[in-house]
Amino acid sequence: MAGWIEACGADDVDEEDVIRFDHEGRTFAIYRSPDDEYFATDGLCTHEKIHLADGLVMDDIIECPKHNGRFNYKTGQAKGAPVCVNLKTYPVKVEGGQVFVQID
Amino acid sequence: MSAVSFSSDFVKRDYSLTGPSARSAVETGLASAEWYHTEIPRKAMKELMQRSDGPAIRDTVLWLSLLVVTAAAGIFFWGSWWAVPFFFAYGALYGSASDARWHECGHGTAFKTRWMNDAVYQIASFMVMRNPVTWRWSHARHHTDTIIVGRDAEIAVMRPPDLFRLAANFFGIFDVWYGMKALIANAFGVLSADEKDFIPEMERRKAINAARVHVAIYAAAVLAALGFGSWLPLVLIGGPRLYGCWHMVMVGLLQHGGLADNVNDHRLNSRTVYMNPVSRFLYMNMNYHVEHHMFPMVPFHALPRLHEMIKHDLPAPNTSILDGYREMLPAFLRQLRNEDYFLKRELPATAKPYREEFHREDSVPIAAE
Repeated sequence: MAGWIEACGADDVDEEDVIRFDHEGRTFAIYRSPDDEYFATDGLCTHEKIHLADGLVMDDIIECPKHNGRFNYKTGQAKGAPVCVNLKTYPVKVEGGQVFVQID
Repeated sequence: MSAVSFSSDFVKRDYSLTGPSARSAVETGLASAEWYHTEIPRKAMKELMQRSDGPAIRDTVLWLSLLVVTAAAGIFFWGSWWAVPFFFAYGALYGSASDARWHECGHGTAFKTRWMNDAVYQIASFMVMRNPVTWRWSHARHHTDTIIVGRDAEIAVMRPPDLFRLAANFFGIFDVWYGMKALIANAFGVLSADEKDFIPEMERRKAINAARVHVAIYAAAVLAALGFGSWLPLVLIGGPRLYGCWHMVMVGLLQHGGLADNVNDHRLNSRTVYMNPVSRFLYMNMNYHVEHHMFPMVPFHALPRLHEMIKHDLPAPNTSILDGYREMLPAFLRQLRNEDYFLKRELPATAKPYREEFHREDSVPIAAE
């Protein structure tokens, strides 16, 4: 099991928004939900490898900015065409005002 | 505006999605490439992307009400010349406005509520005679590879342009013929090689089932016409895709016609045109076409705001539909003699320049002759 990686400050992500986090050649998306919880997924859409951090967060949905494919960012579930493959999610914790992601 | 021809040699393009141009686009990195977009602060972008049900509910209520009123008046006056203006309006609302509703709801940007997008998408897909599954995937490809030869399944004007076909399509003749053939083939469980290229295997059954529903409704309309001994059922269902699609074709050709292909900058291959309010209603603001391609997440009602925000970085819009045709039609005629000819739209001094390194002569994939 890999360790926890410091991704960003908790305040770096607006409520109901997403930011990009790059680490060791990989890219991730860090989300802050409307009820102030944090989540992390792979950073690229499973359809056409577009950065989800440029997309729109609506409740528990992230919508890809290129083709409007939708995922539940809490579970990674693809919500229908044009995305068919689920998004990988990662455990997240917030400590001392920082967001940590457990990357495998 | 400057006119550009990359080469004096005649370059043959292959528009199939499985041919040499498709392979070349992948090999040269034109396919699935990173596209230019104007920088917009995240906060402003988030505001532009916000969804709302209100504008699309108002639009849909108006659209459906006008359809019902004009159809009712057309039926009432059926058999007299008084029916003509009502069916003229009904035809445009059915055969043209449905295209814009299909498009906006397909992106999921019309309404905030998902089921509303899906419901209007299904209705509009039927009206515009498009398989709702096939065309969802073809349109995703259109946004990935806009006007990339061999990749984009929705290139309306292939080079050299077939002007007879373009003119006939103002009455839907070729579109309906090929669209109906595809629907019937799909209904029998057959998908073309191109369709298989962009529809994932797990979605193909849905495409077949949707085609069966559409074909069944059309068959019912034909049977009703035969049963009643009247053209009226077909004037109301299916027919408007022929006699009412002129507005969709008129504004649709302007989207990319005469502009560059095989580039990764929507400012080079898409056209924004200022239009009158009626056309903008029928077209759901898709006249802001550069803006739409650059930022497909922005709903139709926010496109005018987006345009104001980024117009410093875009070519000047055409000032009217007529102005657009004055620019586009001569380009079509030039492309009859040299299909490499296109209009290169000039940028204002405030814009970031085109990335010429990506748009050189040798970056244009050439099909085998």
